[in-house]
Amino acid sequence: MTAVPATTAAVRVQRWTRLSAGFTSGFGLFAVALAFVPVALSQTATQKLTTLLILVLMAAMWNALAGYGGLVSIGQQGFIGLGAYGTVWLCNHGMSPYRAMVVATLFCGAVSLPVSYLVLRFRAAQFAIAMWVLAEVAAILVSFDHSLGAGTGTSLIELNYYSPDARQSYTYWLTLGMTAFFLAVLFVLLRSRMGSSLQAIRDDEEAAASVGVRVVLGKRILFVLAAAGCGGAGAMTLANTLFIEPGSIFGVNFTAYMIFMVLVGGLGTFEGPILGAIVLFLIQNHWGSSGVWYLVGLGVGAILFALLLPRGLWGTLRDRYAIQLLPVGHFLRGARAAEEPA
Amino acid sequence: MTWVNAVVQGVLLGGYYALLACGLALMFGVMRIINLAHGDIAVLGAYLITVVLDHWNVNAFIALVPVLPVMLIAGYGLQRTMLDRALRSGVLVPLLATFGLSIVIQNLLLEKFSPDVRSLGGNAGGLVTASWQISNQLSISALGALILGVAVAILGGLQLFLSRTQAGRRMRATAQDPDTAELVGIDSRGVYARATAIAVATACIAGLFLAMRSTFDPFSGPTQLIFAFEAVVIGGFGSLWGTLVGGIVLGVAQTIGAQIDPQYSVLAGHLVFLAVLASPHGGIFRVRPAT
Repeated sequence: MTAVPATTAAVRVQRWTRLSAGFTSGFGLFAVALAFVPVALSQTATQKLTTLLILVLMAAMWNALAGYGGLVSIGQQGFIGLGAYGTVWLCNHGMSPYRAMVVATLFCGAVSLPVSYLVLRFRAAQFAIAMWVLAEVAAILVSFDHSLGAGTGTSLIELNYYSPDARQSYTYWLTLGMTAFFLAVLFVLLRSRMGSSLQAIRDDEEAAASVGVRVVLGKRILFVLAAAGCGGAGAMTLANTLFIEPGSIFGVNFTAYMIFMVLVGGLGTFEGPILGAIVLFLIQNHWGSSGVWYLVGLGVGAILFALLLPRGLWGTLRDRYAIQLLPVGHFLRGARAAEEPA
Repeated sequence: MTWVNAVVQGVLLGGYYALLACGLALMFGVMRIINLAHGDIAVLGAYLITVVLDHWNVNAFIALVPVLPVMLIAGYGLQRTMLDRALRSGVLVPLLATFGLSIVIQNLLLEKFSPDVRSLGGNAGGLVTASWQISNQLSISALGALILGVAVAILGGLQLFLSRTQAGRRMRATAQDPDTAELVGIDSRGVYARATAIAVATACIAGLFLAMRSTFDPFSGPTQLIFAFEAVVIGGFGSLWGTLVGGIVLGVAQTIGAQIDPQYSVLAGHLVFLAVLASPHGGIFRVRPAT
């Protein structure tokens, strides 16, 4: 980004604009302000916002894989389930619940490293279904373990030592912390030199490899990050809903949600999945009770966005108005006004 | 002898998996896409057969006769409306779109037919209970043998179609290089639509047998898709006969797993699949890099 050829000296490479600098600081302040939600709002509102934060985390992690690594996973629910059941297992062995959630999250990241050597050799459908099978295997293995409630499910009894108010607040704060942490890591990663490589992989894997981008290393970093993030989302889902069973926490429905959020928001954009999570959250709150039709709507929405608006809401806006609020790309400013962000 | 029986039952089960998988393999071979709604389409076929049976009290095989052309047309339409567009947008969009379709089919089936578990075992005449008792512990069910026979017939028929007919040659040419095929006058979109129509119809036949040999509900599709995909992968993506071998390996793995302990059945199949993936040459993908 530093070497600009003399012939195009008139072109300036710009990352921060006044808008994006303002928005990013505002976003940071907003995240800090969010920490006061349990103090200011009711327990129900806190629980709902916890759900939203978990959705944001899941969407951002799935997008990291699919949007930047070109890896469509149908098996991230494996890490969600592993994060939740890992927390239960650690609590059963004497760890305090909130510490267990963090450790289980790290555990998911650690497990994903050897897994990445198996699955990253594949692309597209092979990768997608290999991940799905791995998630199924994890669910089957968990359902064999009677100390984890076998197939019928389990709850985190240790959380009953906290008063409901305190429990909800702690859960919210840890969820906020995790979501902010993983978004920040992704943000920093995408802005680093590795980030330019990742965005190159997203745009054209062969071309990226041909100019010396270490494609597999980039994918591996994203894979581990997304595994840990989804593990965290699973642990926080357990804390937020208090009861889990293998059939639901390892359910492929999580993947349906993630795909919907990312497609609606904008695949391969940083801001898009956050927007998509908010959209899904609003839809869940309005129509979630209508069950079947709600899920039909999600499926139809995913198809329509995939076919008709593949850049999603945010990607379309960004391309039309050349704006980035949380800048992970660059603008070329010069003779012509604003080019598409890199 | 119980182990011999497990292997024999596994081979019969493998016939079902091969039948289920051949449509998936055909679409992958021709268009390089995996239809994630393939299992749900099989289940949809089974439900359409129950609709026919609600109106006419006939044998389930006869009920398949009006359903099959409907599914052929549905497959043709699916390709023309949705998959053609998805194919133009790169490798990820067909996955995302067919995954969305899978969610839609499952929940529409749930809305229309309730979550109750169903079976067509009662509409198959005496076929479901008939069997050849070979020895004390070894028997071959007539339905299992029929499914294996139909699977071999359909795979063989597809193979003949691809190798001997004009339409089959066009399909193979399009599979190898759609642009060049267009240059010599082949309508590759039409070829794609025919391939999907065939794939959906074979899935429907597999759905009939699924409904006869066991039970199904609106959410049975994803499991069937995973089994079909495992059969395709184990068989090596290479040929239709490979799919038959893959189906049989998967079936035998499952029945041997079940022989050890019934809860190991599905797990054993998954582990064989993962072992094939982990094999030194990257499993079967070495043969033909996926794009």
